Amino acid sequence: MTKKSQIIELEDVVVKFVGDSGDGMQLTGTLFSDVAAQSGNDLATFPDFPAEIRAPQNTLAGVSGFQVHLGKRKIFTSGDLCDVLVVMNPASLKTNLKWVKPGATIIADETAFDDAAIEKAGYTTNPLKDGSLSSYNLISAPITLLTKESMVGLDIDKKSAERTKNMFVLGMMFFLFQKEIDKTLDFIAKKFADKEKLVIANQAAIKAGYNYVETVEYIKSTYRISAAPLPKGRYRSITGNIATAWGFLAASERSGRPLFLGSYPITPATEILMELSKHKSLGARVFQAEDEIAGICSAIGASFSGNLALTTTSGPGLSLKSEAMGLAVITELPLVVVNVQRAGPSTGMPTKSEQSDLMQALFGRNGECPMVVMAASSPANCFYNAYYAAKISLEHMTPVILLTDGYIGFGSELFRIPKTSDLPEIKTRLAKPTNGETKFKPYQRDEKTLAREWAIPGMEGLRHRIGGLEKTNVDGIVSTDPHNHELMVELREEKVNRIADYIPEQEVVGEDSGDVLVVGWGGTEGALKSTVMNMQKDGHKISLAHFSFIKPFPKNTQKIFSKFKKIIVCELNKGQLVNYLRMTFPEFKYHQYNKVQGIPFHLNELTEVFTKLIKE
Amino acid sequence: MIERNLVEKSPVALTKEDFVSDQMVKWCPGCGAHAILAAVEKVFPQIGYKKENFVFVSGIGCSSRFPYYVNTYGFHGIHGRALAIASGVKLANPKLSVWVATGDGDSMAIGGNHFIHTIRRNIDLNVLLFNNQIYGLTKGQYSPTTPMGTVTKTSPYGTIEHPFVTAGLVMGAQGTFFARVPDNNISLMTEMMQEAAMHDGTSVVEILQNCIIFADKTHADVVSREVKDERQLILKHGQPMIFGKNNDKGIILDGTKLRVVKIGENGITVDKLMVHDQFSNDPGIHRMLGRMMPPEFPVAMGVIRSSKSNTYDQLFENQIKKAKEKAKYKKMDDLLNSEDTWEI
Repeated sequence: MTKKSQIIELEDVVVKFVGDSGDGMQLTGTLFSDVAAQSGNDLATFPDFPAEIRAPQNTLAGVSGFQVHLGKRKIFTSGDLCDVLVVMNPASLKTNLKWVKPGATIIADETAFDDAAIEKAGYTTNPLKDGSLSSYNLISAPITLLTKESMVGLDIDKKSAERTKNMFVLGMMFFLFQKEIDKTLDFIAKKFADKEKLVIANQAAIKAGYNYVETVEYIKSTYRISAAPLPKGRYRSITGNIATAWGFLAASERSGRPLFLGSYPITPATEILMELSKHKSLGARVFQAEDEIAGICSAIGASFSGNLALTTTSGPGLSLKSEAMGLAVITELPLVVVNVQRAGPSTGMPTKSEQSDLMQALFGRNGECPMVVMAASSPANCFYNAYYAAKISLEHMTPVILLTDGYIGFGSELFRIPKTSDLPEIKTRLAKPTNGETKFKPYQRDEKTLAREWAIPGMEGLRHRIGGLEKTNVDGIVSTDPHNHELMVELREEKVNRIADYIPEQEVVGEDSGDVLVVGWGGTEGALKSTVMNMQKDGHKISLAHFSFIKPFPKNTQKIFSKFKKIIVCELNKGQLVNYLRMTFPEFKYHQYNKVQGIPFHLNELTEVFTKLIKE
Repeated sequence: MIERNLVEKSPVALTKEDFVSDQMVKWCPGCGAHAILAAVEKVFPQIGYKKENFVFVSGIGCSSRFPYYVNTYGFHGIHGRALAIASGVKLANPKLSVWVATGDGDSMAIGGNHFIHTIRRNIDLNVLLFNNQIYGLTKGQYSPTTPMGTVTKTSPYGTIEHPFVTAGLVMGAQGTFFARVPDNNISLMTEMMQEAAMHDGTSVVEILQNCIIFADKTHADVVSREVKDERQLILKHGQPMIFGKNNDKGIILDGTKLRVVKIGENGITVDKLMVHDQFSNDPGIHRMLGRMMPPEFPVAMGVIRSSKSNTYDQLFENQIKKAKEKAKYKKMDDLLNSEDTWEI
């Protein structure tokens, strides 16, 4: 493996695989990432694919990509611009060259750059040959052709042979990055266990790609990224959507309440529904409803029946669920609504990420209708936020909205596997069945939390009726009494506010006082944290408060804000948290930085903005 | 073999008093809903389940105040969504006897989507559909079952919509149980509620209900004392289809159509009449019976269709049970540590 003259040690590297929708780039990227992770690198990944399933071949619309950022240090994001770009056709190059660092390595499949494909991508000349890429380290190899040649004598048909070109590229990358191929060969053997020829073809392609880079002389150097100093433990790679599903499964097990999901497919939230559908053996009761409204309403019914009830959706679906969320608020039932945010309004850009549903989560319902609002900050963090959302919902008898987004939902990172028994205990508010002589009072409340008790059908002596009409406090009789209504409105609000006494205090990344406090929430944590930590290393007095709890805010929020000269709130929207902060803590002046492009923050832009703010 | 989801029986005999609520019933005097409430209070003790195992779910409208007036676990939902909520109640705990009180607007206008899909899935719910052909709680606007041409507050020139025939919609959605009763025949109503309770799957009992304020006598041409014998065919499984004041009329199948005949005329004898088969899986005749309307036909009452089919909730439970038996992951820790993991 060390035949090459030069091995370059790297701190971190961003690699992007791009090709036609059918080229298998998602699998290639995933396999490369898995091997890197198992060799000890920390990493984060993000798939970048079009909304269309299979756009016409070789068109710009059909380009599908997978980006991975790996390093020998802690990795917080899937990276901004890439160091290595693998392109399987001209359209991939055309759409992705703008995301490449100056002087980056570009690996291209020369075979795919034929006249027709070049023209379809909108080039007039072959970019691999016209010198336009001379400032890059271009590795142009006839990948398809070499793949086919590697199959000679293996009795593989032409089409199948051609389709393994992604494995050839994977083999090339393994040599370039000094990674072992054995695990991937095993994976291929398992994946195609019943199709012997596919195993032979794919394994041959990986080996051929690997040997090709080793042999050809024009590739002079390879790269090494040593293992990252990660905390000891057992690890796996996980996407945000899977982590969300698993967080709820863990909460179901710990609380002893069966999990019920009522949901309707919608990008980018569908994976949670698909994942939970698999886990009937863990007791997951999953109902694919006829629409978004039936999704949440069935969940409310299941909550009334005593299940840990969930509904999962994305922005447009959240709009449809608004009325029913009000029903969960007034009946004071536990329910978690997950909104995997995407770019709006309306259908917007379903596969692109945004943070523009915060105001909707906080206020988007009729009446005075408070719900707990939480936000997950990274793929693995979705696990803990889902768990915590369920815990709060069950312990405080209130619906909770958990905001994630397409970026962390689809993205993956390393996840240090917890023991379920180490997760915080969940104490449900189940009522005790009686011999029938006492009358159950549905709105009798716990003095401290104001949460009511949960009496579920089947329990003896606790028959009662609740619903969308306003009820008297304690007894729960239908009432339009003006003072009772005002009291109930206040109790519902106060119940949510008191949750601040039960959640962790807000943490600050860096010193707890200084020149600038960066404030963020949700899926932007990686970018904000990386930028702030880099600037701290350069000696700036800058810190980050990244919020998971938005309603209620952690109790120390105001105190944190008061210790900084300037506060800047960064969001992928037009300024939703910042305006909510202006309402909630009007005593502070807030700067804001916003971007609404369906893409994450880049470190460069953030550094520029913060540097300017410090100088002002 | 699919196992039935059985509801636990009461160890003691229950009476009407066990189900009477302490709430003031606020329907208008003379409203047909009072009779439905009386029938439920009468039939629930007879059904014999533990009183805590009954749940009433509703949407919005006059009908949907029902859960407050009967002493069971009750959930008053939002407009149109009763069946979606009830589906969740049942799927979360299939050992409950779940009842839905809904109206023509609640179930077939705003809740139309849930109505057809719940029926299609055949979830074991008992639906009491109060059809008064009007929006009562909002004070008299036309509904999806208001007859064409009716003048209401939102159709001062008469409606120009083709009304739904509830039976047609239920059977179009592949319903397994449909019964119809007038609100002034309590004994038939309790009988139908019993039948609905015994049926595995979504049972729809359409009650032709009078709204004394906004659609008074809307069903009078079928249910009034003077015409009921001539205008109602009360179906009984295995019995010939006979009706009329003098039991002298019947229904025959003439080619592909139903026809009313007079017994004793043109060689018609009782044994030439159609015999009702409520359990037939083929809904063809049931559809025709469900759509019969005056003046040409009497309106069919009783159980029109009650066919056997797997219920969603049984299949749902069975999948979970089987998955648990064959489980690769029995606990969350198994799943967390499954497939590719590594130690650092």
